[in-house]
Amino acid sequence: MSGILVLAEHDGGAFKKSATELIGKASELAAALGTQVSAAVVGDAPAASLGAAGAGKVYQVQGDHSSYDAAAMASAWKAIVDAASPDVILASASYVGKDALPRLVALLNTGMGSEVTELRAEGGAVIGRRPLYAGKLYADVQISSSPAVFSVRPNSFPQPGAGSGEAEVVTVSAGAQALTTVVETLQPTSTTADLTEAERIVSGGRALKSAENFDNVIRPLAAAVGATVGASRAAVDAGYASHSEQVGQTGKTVNPTLYIAAGISGAIQHLAGMRTSKVIVAINKDPEAPIFEHATYGIVDDLFEVCPRLTKAFEEL
Amino acid sequence: MKIGICAKVTADTDARLSPSADGGSFEFSGKSVVGPYDMFAVEEAVQTKEKHGGDTVVFTVGAESDVLSQLRGSVLALGVDKAVIVEDPALANADALGVARALAKAIEAEGVDLVFCGKQAIDDDNVQVPAMIAGLLGWAQVSRVTAFAVDGTSFTATRAMDGGIKQVVSGNLPVLITAERGLNTPRYAKLPAIMKAKKKPTERRDLAALGLSAEAVAPKVSTSAYGSPPERPSGKIIEGDTDTVVAELVRLLREEAKVL
Repeated sequence: MSGILVLAEHDGGAFKKSATELIGKASELAAALGTQVSAAVVGDAPAASLGAAGAGKVYQVQGDHSSYDAAAMASAWKAIVDAASPDVILASASYVGKDALPRLVALLNTGMGSEVTELRAEGGAVIGRRPLYAGKLYADVQISSSPAVFSVRPNSFPQPGAGSGEAEVVTVSAGAQALTTVVETLQPTSTTADLTEAERIVSGGRALKSAENFDNVIRPLAAAVGATVGASRAAVDAGYASHSEQVGQTGKTVNPTLYIAAGISGAIQHLAGMRTSKVIVAINKDPEAPIFEHATYGIVDDLFEVCPRLTKAFEEL
Repeated sequence: MKIGICAKVTADTDARLSPSADGGSFEFSGKSVVGPYDMFAVEEAVQTKEKHGGDTVVFTVGAESDVLSQLRGSVLALGVDKAVIVEDPALANADALGVARALAKAIEAEGVDLVFCGKQAIDDDNVQVPAMIAGLLGWAQVSRVTAFAVDGTSFTATRAMDGGIKQVVSGNLPVLITAERGLNTPRYAKLPAIMKAKKKPTERRDLAALGLSAEAVAPKVSTSAYGSPPERPSGKIIEGDTDTVVAELVRLLREEAKVL
């Protein structure tokens, strides 16, 4: 094999956690397959430092790539892939991994397994396991063409132990082929974590009955425990919460440590978006609500009685 | 302007999935719908046409007998003018790149210069086909768009990136846009429009008509070992009056689950 190439993302020169996480996993796979790990860096970032995570060689397209464009990114990656000719490519299932990576796969005329949560070496090949139907189903995915490309859901693997050593940096040139221009970048207005990255989430459902109740009951509870606010599709469709707050198969897929669901019955499509939460608390008047089958702790009671008391209890911690 | 939409008829979100005993396949029970994100793409295409004029055409890959009634009821009835259905036995087991190749050829043949897709279908969750189409055509692409405007041959789009960051980007047609929730509010079909949709043209194309061979769409991705997600251990219902259960919940979260 001519190796595993990790497409390492960085933010203004600082490598993302996914970059070292993937190099760590690639090292484990490479050891089993008897091959090497290299990394790809597009833009100005300390490429040699990836040696500490386990990359032997880093291919870098230098220059200012801070204005992201899918076509330019795919073409820079393509130049690196042509130089490195890897058998396997790993990248993060980030915005860029979902946007530019399939474009690269089309340019390479190969196949891709998306958002895998497990990777293993078997029979000289890499096999991924991934959720389908928003996690209602899991399956193995294998690529018969080369390179085999996988995007990996962030935080699927542990960070590698901090090593030492600098990687050899190989500079690759790629023509700038941006087809779009970034006009403006808008930072998030909220100070709480984005739903998809939140450690704690408090979600409200249709039982809130109005946007006013949602604001007076769910938002203070979330604030009291330092959580991000989520909502069921029913609550969003009724206008109690915004589209960007929807958790579920047609909203955000979340993976917090604590998920509190108040007045949410637990439709399949909602469960699909939050079932991997570590601890699930369900508050619902209806003891038959399906959410209770998935809850770590259930409270069968009126949320309008429970939530204000819980808010107070959290504030007193 | 000629505006295209790529849509997929897929299992609805309330579908139940059952892997077979040997994991070689799975079945779903429930109804089929046009993907919910595709509906934002349809609405945006129709609104763009209403503002600037032009023709709209929806593209899909699938068996006409499986998809036609959904396309008529959910896409043509909302104002899209025509449907192109790519159907070929060689596409039955196609992977994302095979599907993208077929759709790209169909889009090219229609002379479309603006394509809207849903940000993803809700079955395979691959999120691959739209970006592959743009790559094959050499077009600009903007994914997860929450606001869009076109002016002559230039466009502006707002995309929702990771971490709650949004970016406004601009460029020139042709472009492929993928729709995020919030881009618009899809309309409902009215009865006269549903009746009218029955008479709208639908065209079926096979690979040969698109100038593609079966080898060009041969799958490179194989999927196996279907299984259900890991079961959660059963939880506990906290009993007592409201004050008692709240105090007990806080205690359990701190002392047992250790998440506070």
